[in-house]
Amino acid sequence: MPDLKTNLAGIKSPNPFWLASAPPTNSGYQVMKAFDAGWGGAVWKTLGIPVVNVSSRYGGVNYKDKRLVGLNNIELITDRPLKDNLIEIEEVKKHFPDHAVVASLMVQSKAEWHQIVKDVENAGCDGIELNFGCPHGMCERGMGSAVSQNPDVLETLTNWVMEVAKVPVIVKLSPNITDIRVPARAAKAGNADAISLINTVQSLVGVDIDNFVPYPTVDGKSTNGGYCGPAIKPIGLNMVKECAQDELVNLPISGIGGIENWRDAVEYILLGSTNVQVCTAVMHYGFGIIREMISGLEQYMADKNFNRVQEMVGLALPNVSNWENLNLSYKVIAEIKDEKCIGCDLCYVACDNGAHQAIGLNKETRIPYIIEENCVGCNLCSLVCPVEQCITMKQIDTGKAEVTWRERTDKDDIPKTFNDELAGGIGHFVPKPGDAFKK
Amino acid sequence: MSEFQRPKTEEEYHANFKQIKPLMNDTQAHVESGRCLFCYDAPCIQACPTGIDIPLFIRQIHSGNIKGSAKTIYSANYFGKACGQVCPTEVLCEGSCVFTKQNIEPIEIGRLQAFATNQAIVNDTKLFNLQENQNKKVAVIGAGPAGISAACELRLAGFNVEIFEAREKPSGLTLYGVAPYKIDNKTVLDEMDYLQKSFGYTVHYNTAVDADKLKSLENNFDAILLAIGLGATSALGIPGEELDGCLGAIEFINDIRIQKQNTRVGKNVIVLGGGNTAMDAASEAARMGAENATLCYRRSKDEMRAYGFEYELAKGVGVFGLFNIAPLEILGDKKVEGVKFIRTKVIDGKVKNLEGTEFTLPCDMVIKATGQSKFVDFLSSIENINLDKSGKIGINPETGQTDNPKYFAAGDALNGGKEVVNAAAEGKIAARGIIGFLGK
Ligand SMILES: Cc1cc2nc3c(=O)[nH]c(=O)nc-3n(C[C@H](O)[C@H](O)[C@H](O)COP(=O)(O)OP(=O)(O)OC[C@H]3O[C@@H](n4cnc5c(N)ncnc54)[C@H](O)[C@@H]3O)c2cc1C
Ligand SMILES: Cc1cc2nc3c(=O)[nH]c(=O)nc-3n(C[C@H](O)[C@H](O)[C@H](O)COP(=O)(O)O)c2cc1C
Ligand code: SF4
Repeated sequence: MPDLKTNLAGIKSPNPFWLASAPPTNSGYQVMKAFDAGWGGAVWKTLGIPVVNVSSRYGGVNYKDKRLVGLNNIELITDRPLKDNLIEIEEVKKHFPDHAVVASLMVQSKAEWHQIVKDVENAGCDGIELNFGCPHGMCERGMGSAVSQNPDVLETLTNWVMEVAKVPVIVKLSPNITDIRVPARAAKAGNADAISLINTVQSLVGVDIDNFVPYPTVDGKSTNGGYCGPAIKPIGLNMVKECAQDELVNLPISGIGGIENWRDAVEYILLGSTNVQVCTAVMHYGFGIIREMISGLEQYMADKNFNRVQEMVGLALPNVSNWENLNLSYKVIAEIKDEKCIGCDLCYVACDNGAHQAIGLNKETRIPYIIEENCVGCNLCSLVCPVEQCITMKQIDTGKAEVTWRERTDKDDIPKTFNDELAGGIGHFVPKPGDAFKK
Repeated sequence: MSEFQRPKTEEEYHANFKQIKPLMNDTQAHVESGRCLFCYDAPCIQACPTGIDIPLFIRQIHSGNIKGSAKTIYSANYFGKACGQVCPTEVLCEGSCVFTKQNIEPIEIGRLQAFATNQAIVNDTKLFNLQENQNKKVAVIGAGPAGISAACELRLAGFNVEIFEAREKPSGLTLYGVAPYKIDNKTVLDEMDYLQKSFGYTVHYNTAVDADKLKSLENNFDAILLAIGLGATSALGIPGEELDGCLGAIEFINDIRIQKQNTRVGKNVIVLGGGNTAMDAASEAARMGAENATLCYRRSKDEMRAYGFEYELAKGVGVFGLFNIAPLEILGDKKVEGVKFIRTKVIDGKVKNLEGTEFTLPCDMVIKATGQSKFVDFLSSIENINLDKSGKIGINPETGQTDNPKYFAAGDALNGGKEVVNAAAEGKIAARGIIGFLGK
């Protein structure tokens, strides 16, 4: 049986699955229930000077019949007094000494930072996370994502904490920034032990078109919120990769954003996360999803002969790099398995209207076929096809030697003028404009 | 001409008995598993007698962890694939799916279950690690769902298990009784092979245990599980039952499962009874090409013990139902020629014959689906075993242990005849009882 134990910059937990700082970690009751269900760690709902929240607080994005592919919230940090939280942290640690309890913090002055760090350490937390990510409400007061957006401030605040902290310190970053490596490097410069990302993405999830107010509405008004859930996973994955590959960051990473099953977690780990944190999926389905996550991770590790989670960390990183390093001679084309086709012809219209007119249609059978010489291998048809393994991409031999844009640039073998003969599309079939009217 | 022609070849037989819950393909499984809501404290789990963590195994299918999914299923129910196909899901898991409350089709739990377990069977996936050998020996009598499930659970805990089975193949009525359009023989036996390979128990086939043999088992084993199911169809006690062409439903269905297209079936078949076995027998007679398959029941349609969907299934293949009539005599000279009935009325729950309403229905085959007998003589030979008036074995429901501490019981022999899933659940309970009793 593979060993799921993980260690993030000295914070140990029985498995890599932590609850992110959010409503599921609002109280000792919830954290204990989560640990009992199998979660390995929890980042407590951000502590600080308690806030006053509004009602309502969340907006959801549904896709067709699927609920909450994205969630948006306008909640702030904890609205409970610090002392109540500290008592509960202490109690949780008493029951679960081997689980990770990390205190998320957000305050303003140096004195406040020093005080709250001591308080949570005295309560027995195993680590501290600095919430420099909240993109609504708190940032207007100079906290949360406002810190991630100002590297000097981020470094200073981190330093203040590091002056007194005895337990490992994680800096939680906001994705609401142009280059995530900048705040990550500032965290490193401030001596943080690890980073976690991403916090929520600034967003408006929709508008009540009868009353002209975005969601969620509070007495007829609204405000921008923080977006999370499955929809943000691609943003999180990319930012984790950016930080993991940056030599100036060089810190262990706790990956967050849209994780809801074992596969999502493995993806984050392969791109450089030491462990992962989950919020929305638990808000949607409860702590019970951990059963699927642990079983799936164990099965994957057993199948791939991994003994420890750490062996997997960053394994996909050598295979992501800049566009200019990709092999321009490599070619795939689509292949349709006629016997699986159900005749929806979504691939046909996708290719004809949205790609390269490389699919023909047999009007009688409704079964489409690939016009191989027109297919650029973009994947679109295989992505829209509703049948598993019906359209697959097969590699074809172009007979050309491997060459990258970088290499071609070095050899001065790239298009440079508007009508350059070296344009990639030259010689590729394009229908005449007038053909658009042919029925 | 009836809808179904008499099958002449095995191919035609399989065409007539086309699977009503065929194996899902990847797309079906992906789409269907994506519909599951992952309800909290899900009603489907409560509705499953073996308590499979259904939302978990469905989520595992959707996230591509099919092995994990199969493990979730088999950890709760060793007849995972068979149950996925033969369980009356309409009244169990699927019937409790919350979608039904909004008139949305419930998740096809049974077929998803068969999909996941099928992959483990086909790939011979090792899902369980058996514990160290415990040096304790358990004899299991009967290789039906109850016996096999108990054997798996006992082997998991490291006990030595020998199964004694009267017939030549395992799985009991799953093979010899369940309707062939729910599961075919190969599917049943493939799962049995997989289980035996995974758990390594020994089965002695063609070995009926009688009172004497039982005595010798008592001396050689630390505990004995009675998983013998039920016996042949009980007699009706009316004249003419001995005529050629009058037979029990269990025997008729057994023939179909073994002889397939070579099974003898009449042109005009009358099936007596109102339970699920009656529905199956009538359906199967129709699918075997009987021109008329008529179901005759002493009480009203609403009083039938059969599930509504089983009656619908029978009607769907042309079975015709007659209610409130009781058979008085099976008519014929050597061969069945008809049945003499009388009309009935139910008064205060009791069936009363209405004098002067006798009539005769011609037919050339009568199938009695009037219940299975119990192995009362055999069971009575065991010291200190308690049988109730109907012949059911008395046990401690938490452990399956009988009043004779060495003996445990599970399955139809215990519950009087339920479903495969109940036998699987009880087999597991009894195995745990034995493990507790023998200590480890
Ligand atoms: C016609 C019919 C249709 C059915 N359809 C369904 C269905 O669609 N779905 C469903 O879930 N359930 C169905 N059932 C019920 C289901 O088959 C049984 O509940 C289940 O098989 C009971 O399992 P068991 O192990 O207790 O007994 P059995 O399956 O009867 O197995 C008992 C085994 O013990 C052996 N045995 C008996 N006595 C001895 C002895 N003295 N020595 C050695 N071996 C012995 C027998 O040969 C048999 O193999 C049906 C039953 C019938 C009769
Ligand atoms: C309602 C809500 C409240 C949150 N509160 C906090 C918070 O107090 N501190 C914090 O660091 N992150 C907070 N988050 C962000 C989450 O911790 C997490 O970073 C984000 O939701 C992305 O993960 P997910 O896609 O798994 O939800 C909150 C998220 C939600 C939905
Ligand atoms: S989840 Fe529903 S019931 Fe619970 S606090 Fe929110 S609005 Fe109220």
